[in-house]
Amino acid sequence: MTWYADDVWIVIIGSLCAVACALPGCFLVLRKMSMMGDAISHAVLPGLALGFLVTQSRASLPMFIGAAVVGVLTAVFTQWVGQFGKVDRGAAMGIVFTTLFALGLLMMAEVNHKTKVDLDVSCVLYGAIEFTPLHVIHSFQWGETWIELPLAAVTLGAVLLINLIVILALYKEFNLSSFDPALARTVGVPATLMHYLLMSMVAVTTVASFEAVGSIIVIAMLVVPGATAYLLTNRLSVMLGISAVVGIASAVLGHWGAVTLPPKFGYENPTSTSGGMAVAAGVLFLLVWVFSPTQGLLQGVWMRVRKEPNPIPVTDPDCESSRGPTSHHAAKTLRSR
Amino acid sequence: MAMRPLLAITVLGLSSVLSAAEGGFFHFPDASELWEVLTLRNYNTRLVVGSTSLLGLASGVIGSFLLLRKRSLMGDTLSHACLPGICIMYLVMTGLGGSGKSLPGLLFGATVTGLLGVWLVMLIRNTTRMKDDSAMGIILSVFYGFGVVLLSVIKGLPDSSAAGLESYIYGKVGSMVLQDFFLIASVTGVVLVASCFLLKEFTLLCFDDAYAGILGWNTHVLDLVLLALVTAVTVIGLQAVGLILIIAFLITPAAAARFWTDDLRIMLFLAGAIGGFSGWFGSSISALTPRLSAGALIVLMAALVFLFSMFFGKTRGVVVRLRSQRRLHRKVGRQHLLRALYELLEEQAGDRFGEFPSNAPVRISSLQAKRSWTPGRLRRLIRQAQKEDHLERSGGETVQLSEPGFGEAARTTRNHRLWETYLITHADVAPQHVDRDADRVEHVLGPELVRQLEEKLARDGKPLVSLPSPHLITPGGAGI
Repeated sequence: MTWYADDVWIVIIGSLCAVACALPGCFLVLRKMSMMGDAISHAVLPGLALGFLVTQSRASLPMFIGAAVVGVLTAVFTQWVGQFGKVDRGAAMGIVFTTLFALGLLMMAEVNHKTKVDLDVSCVLYGAIEFTPLHVIHSFQWGETWIELPLAAVTLGAVLLINLIVILALYKEFNLSSFDPALARTVGVPATLMHYLLMSMVAVTTVASFEAVGSIIVIAMLVVPGATAYLLTNRLSVMLGISAVVGIASAVLGHWGAVTLPPKFGYENPTSTSGGMAVAAGVLFLLVWVFSPTQGLLQGVWMRVRKEPNPIPVTDPDCESSRGPTSHHAAKTLRSR
Repeated sequence: MAMRPLLAITVLGLSSVLSAAEGGFFHFPDASELWEVLTLRNYNTRLVVGSTSLLGLASGVIGSFLLLRKRSLMGDTLSHACLPGICIMYLVMTGLGGSGKSLPGLLFGATVTGLLGVWLVMLIRNTTRMKDDSAMGIILSVFYGFGVVLLSVIKGLPDSSAAGLESYIYGKVGSMVLQDFFLIASVTGVVLVASCFLLKEFTLLCFDDAYAGILGWNTHVLDLVLLALVTAVTVIGLQAVGLILIIAFLITPAAAARFWTDDLRIMLFLAGAIGGFSGWFGSSISALTPRLSAGALIVLMAALVFLFSMFFGKTRGVVVRLRSQRRLHRKVGRQHLLRALYELLEEQAGDRFGEFPSNAPVRISSLQAKRSWTPGRLRRLIRQAQKEDHLERSGGETVQLSEPGFGEAARTTRNHRLWETYLITHADVAPQHVDRDADRVEHVLGPELVRQLEEKLARDGKPLVSLPSPHLITPGGAGI
């Protein structure tokens, strides 16, 4: 395929988004909260509707704030329902986000009806990465080339920067409270505060990203790169690095696949880059899952194969007889000696 | 064929639409309208309400098992994993020259990819160190991403109308036909019958899968059967209420039912009833105000029931739990106070061995020194004991046990010492640590257990009445 400027921008924006999501995503994987991105991206609907109702315009900022607030509230409500109701965390999350989503649907219907503004759910909820290069906020000349900076690149770059700063500044605290919350609390790290800080980070990242590029990228990039990296290393810093690489690789591969693959199957138009990125991340995960040198499927098979032709020879007949679960039998053998 | 019911629901909701157009946010129907809808007079209402109630029933029952297996979000993964199947079947069927919208074909595709996704989740969980949540997140996002890819390909086809496929994401309760109803009814039947036949197996799987494995049952197969039933419910729910809201159907009624009972059979029944009720009520309201999507109303209805249950549920509700916590707190406080008083009386009685201490006034300040109470807490405890007729205030700075209070204090102290002795002699607990432990166990000790303990200690040749404390009683040291 030929790479036009738009293609390059799409891949850059996709990569920014992927890395911005992958970094907090690593902590979600470690804390067993991977479904949070999915929950938040559905639950923000009432926040968007509320932001619209307050300002009566489709301006981006109030809706962004509304969505981010409801995103954090999703985490808070989930925590409450889990804690006070003693409900399993997964179930609590499911109840909270579906309820908020349903509320949002009804509010959208009312808003549409009252204001005669077409606030389509799928339009509001899912931006499209293919159109991001069209929304230029600043253009300048750099050497020979004329560069048009899209809004999404700036937004996502800012989100990535914020995430990076927060994680680097509180690296030790995040590290400790992810792996051993009890120890973290003992040495004075406020684990609850860290939890809500992470949740706010996830909420802001999720909302900023899906407004710009669509929710499916966010949901995928919050989980898959982190999980892939988790299969390759035991060190948190390495895990963060690998997840970022996986994110960028899925952005490049995803866009390339979305443009080049459909014609190979006889369909003329390119398909969705967002979906392509999710699938590319899935393929990378699959490869690592099979071939990981420490935890891969093949590694497991290889270990078993290597062990089998070399069984431990049994020389002592007493040993052989005392192998069973009856310690009583073994004791008798010992006594008879 | 579907036109007549559509027309009917339009006529039914016409007045509400008109009044809403005048500026009213919600339309409140008059009694006759409400009665007509709730009693299912209208053909289409009957169809929609019947379908959603049955769907609520089936998903409530099967969702209970999911909840107890701690896999509630599996419904989330499943419903997303169905999308590529629907799209693939559409592409295959149009490729073969068919219409591409044949319902059984699309549902077949959804079932296949749904089951594939579930199987992969279990495989990832069993072969890597990742837990359920990561496995579900990966499968959900990748499968859904693939679905989005295919959907976008379908939209790019020259003569296609992909709008029908998008109804699987948002649902289309309003345009249900008889075929949908029969499909939902049959799947509900299958789910109910299977739950009845496999009740024992599923119960054990949910509560103790390790034991089920020891019994020789193949827990993976059982898991797959359970998830296959979930898949069936999800797939039929997809086209009724949409991809997101079916998740709520699977989780919320079951979670609400859990607050009311500890008996699985009652929970299944309740969850089914709550699901069915939400379906009936939500879609009835939607029939009155067709602007509001039935799926969303049903989910909100279920959420209201959940919220109510969470607070007022009979066995696990917040109110009940707080009440029993307070009761326990009071009981512990009372026993601490009485024992402290009794031990003080013993000290006052001196070292006359084998003699019961006699009741006498005790200074509050010496009581304060006995345990690590704050002055406020001690004041509250004394007030509570006065109310319970265990304590009398004799003068400004002293208190005295009443007749029943003295008996109670002697009994409590005896229980406590029995436990202490038991722990020291039988359970290899270091004597320095015993007091604290005994404090805790004592408050859950039943009279029957005390009797057994007494017999045991009597057999061991230990004295039964007026046991001297096995550790040195120091002021302020007992409660730390």
